[in-house]
Amino acid sequence: MSPNMSPRKVPIPEQTPGERIKNFREVALGYTPVQAKEEALRCLQCKTRPCVAGCPVNVGIPEFIKKVAEGDFDGAARILASENCLPAVCGRVCPQETQCEALCVRGKKGEPVAIGRLERFVADYAMEHMSPDLPEIKKNGIKVAIAGGGPSGLTCAGELARRGYEVTIFEALHALGGVLMYGIPEFRLPKKLVAREIANALALGVKIEKNVIVGRSITVDELFQEGFQAVFIGCGAGLPSFLKIEGENLNGVYSANEFLTRANLMKAYDFPNVPTPVKIGRRVAVVGGGNVAMDAARTAKRLGAEEVFIVYRRSETELPARAEEIHHAKEEGIIFRLLRNPVKILGKDGWVTGMECVEMELGEPDASGRRRPLVKQGSNFEFPVETVIIAIGGTPNPLIRQTTPGLEVRNWGGIIVDEASMKTSKEGVYAGGDIVTGAATVILAMGAGKIAARAIHEALQKKTLSKPREDPPSCKNSGHDRKRIFLFDK
Amino acid sequence: MYRIIEKKHLGNNVEEMVIQAPYVARHCEPGQFIILRVDEEGERVPLTIAEYDRIRGSVSIIYQVAGYTTRKLSEKKEGDSLTDFVGPLGRPTELQPLKRVIGIGGGVGAAPLYPQLKKLSEMGTSVDVILGARSKDFIILEEKFSGFCKNLHVTTDDGTYGTKGLVTGKLKELVEAGEKYDEVIAIGPVIMMKFVSLLTKPWGLKTSVSLNPIMVDGTGMCGGCRVTVGAQTKFACVDGPDFDGHQVDYDELMRRQSMYKTEEAHSCKIGLRPA
Repeated sequence: MSPNMSPRKVPIPEQTPGERIKNFREVALGYTPVQAKEEALRCLQCKTRPCVAGCPVNVGIPEFIKKVAEGDFDGAARILASENCLPAVCGRVCPQETQCEALCVRGKKGEPVAIGRLERFVADYAMEHMSPDLPEIKKNGIKVAIAGGGPSGLTCAGELARRGYEVTIFEALHALGGVLMYGIPEFRLPKKLVAREIANALALGVKIEKNVIVGRSITVDELFQEGFQAVFIGCGAGLPSFLKIEGENLNGVYSANEFLTRANLMKAYDFPNVPTPVKIGRRVAVVGGGNVAMDAARTAKRLGAEEVFIVYRRSETELPARAEEIHHAKEEGIIFRLLRNPVKILGKDGWVTGMECVEMELGEPDASGRRRPLVKQGSNFEFPVETVIIAIGGTPNPLIRQTTPGLEVRNWGGIIVDEASMKTSKEGVYAGGDIVTGAATVILAMGAGKIAARAIHEALQKKTLSKPREDPPSCKNSGHDRKRIFLFDK
Repeated sequence: MYRIIEKKHLGNNVEEMVIQAPYVARHCEPGQFIILRVDEEGERVPLTIAEYDRIRGSVSIIYQVAGYTTRKLSEKKEGDSLTDFVGPLGRPTELQPLKRVIGIGGGVGAAPLYPQLKKLSEMGTSVDVILGARSKDFIILEEKFSGFCKNLHVTTDDGTYGTKGLVTGKLKELVEAGEKYDEVIAIGPVIMMKFVSLLTKPWGLKTSVSLNPIMVDGTGMCGGCRVTVGAQTKFACVDGPDFDGHQVDYDELMRRQSMYKTEEAHSCKIGLRPA
């Protein structure tokens, strides 16, 4: 097969902006098999595999793409799944443009290979067409506890279960998935699909204890007393930050967490068919420039807001959101008010009526390497809105650090780990994901879960003085326990 | 699933349920709360813990049937189960043995007040209580309080039981008659806690209140429960729910609690949320 030398990616079909702002269905529709094969042929199968170095979970990218080009989608799915337990999720939400695709040779003259779109295609194909392929696992009887059922915890759990451990995930909410369920909206990551992919990843006998908050319902030390030999903490950067400006407690001001949790996890977009409501004004301002801000803005639009603004204190170049999300937001009519910063939220009778903002200009780069935004003196102006959504990130949940003596944390609350093993200062305790890094990406959290699983395995094998087990079998297509799906299907 | 072991009617639209919830029962302390969902499509609703039994692994909740979810909850019978029941949430009340404390429970606020006063009494504190409600049928747990309270006062708005009037009137009367207290613990409707705090502030009488704002997750994630306490924003779920009553911005809290009034009314009108 000769490579497809087109400098551009095969475009992915999408709902038109006019259509999609009226519904919560997925924006991108995915490749057809023909489109996938055509795109796969753009891969040059470099011997040096630069793309793999950019993947936090080391997916065999050229190998799975080769199978796609050959039309062997089953084979592609097996390769993908051997390194990534949540490929349908990652194909949709990974920032490929700064990871695998950033290192693709084709990107030097034109667009890189659409690795993310191909991953998504293969994962969706597998979910739809492939039958469960459950490897025999011999349980080793060693118990490991996972605090938090988000991307890092799920990955760590899946990896350890494949190695024979008796894994229990303790999840604070009523559904597993963490940010995949409460944060990322349906139109970017359908919840049915997340639930199925999680069920598959955990089908190797991972025990799930929902509605249990480690740090309140049970402490880390008590987990050890109950016979768990290691504990992985992956409970995220849950506490939303606010601007600490006047008017922030007015009715109509939401944290992005609350707004998105109401809309996603509690399905407020379907109110009054579901009992949880969400308020949406005619004009909505979202403060912040990351992916969460884009998600909140696009959700607000779909909930019926006439005008939705992104208010960000730096310029377009510094927007931390993925280019694709910014592009989609613009297509959907989201208005970008850049180099603006709110200084006060205005209200009447307890409800938001507007924001007072200042104009900003960029100075010298700060510690983050981005140019520091500076206030233009006397540039204050008022800006009428009825809803304000604060999407400026969050800090780690304090419950675990408050109740776990011996666990060292940074001044902002992040747990300190050895990055090669995700080991914390406390014996037998590992941590990964946003609670270590602060708000970051799904795939980095998954990478951390994977590293921790390997380190936990090594440490526990050493402890039990038995030989390390063989490499784990694939976790993919192991959805034999279909009953489990109902745990998340809602 | 979380089984309903017992269900009792305590008064007019007020019910108690004992729920099998071992994780909650194991660690819960006075002042803490739980969040439940009645069924798969249910909303998450916070309720305070009235009693717990660590051996049996059960927790008791008391609620007034007032809206959509409490009505759904009320439809459940002994032996049925709730889909979700998570806790304990919030910080336990910081209880220290004092000479003398008076508790004020307004309506179902008597439920979370009960374990706090009981524990104080067990610590050797002399405890009095004022139970207040609209009318006689809404006075709950009187017998339980009388088990350990030195003095038990009842007030009703309509005078159907106890003294006719408000709890603040009774407190004022007691203090003016020379009764001395080291602390007041007031739990009930926000308006009641506001006026108790206004009354005790000039006396310099320490007053603790327990707040119940709108929240979604109860673990600090949504920030919907933010309240202004001493000019600082606090999350009731992780910083509270107990706060110094003299520092709370009650007017803001009442406004925030009414944020979804129109939605609630709307659902009632179309029959989805019987009032």
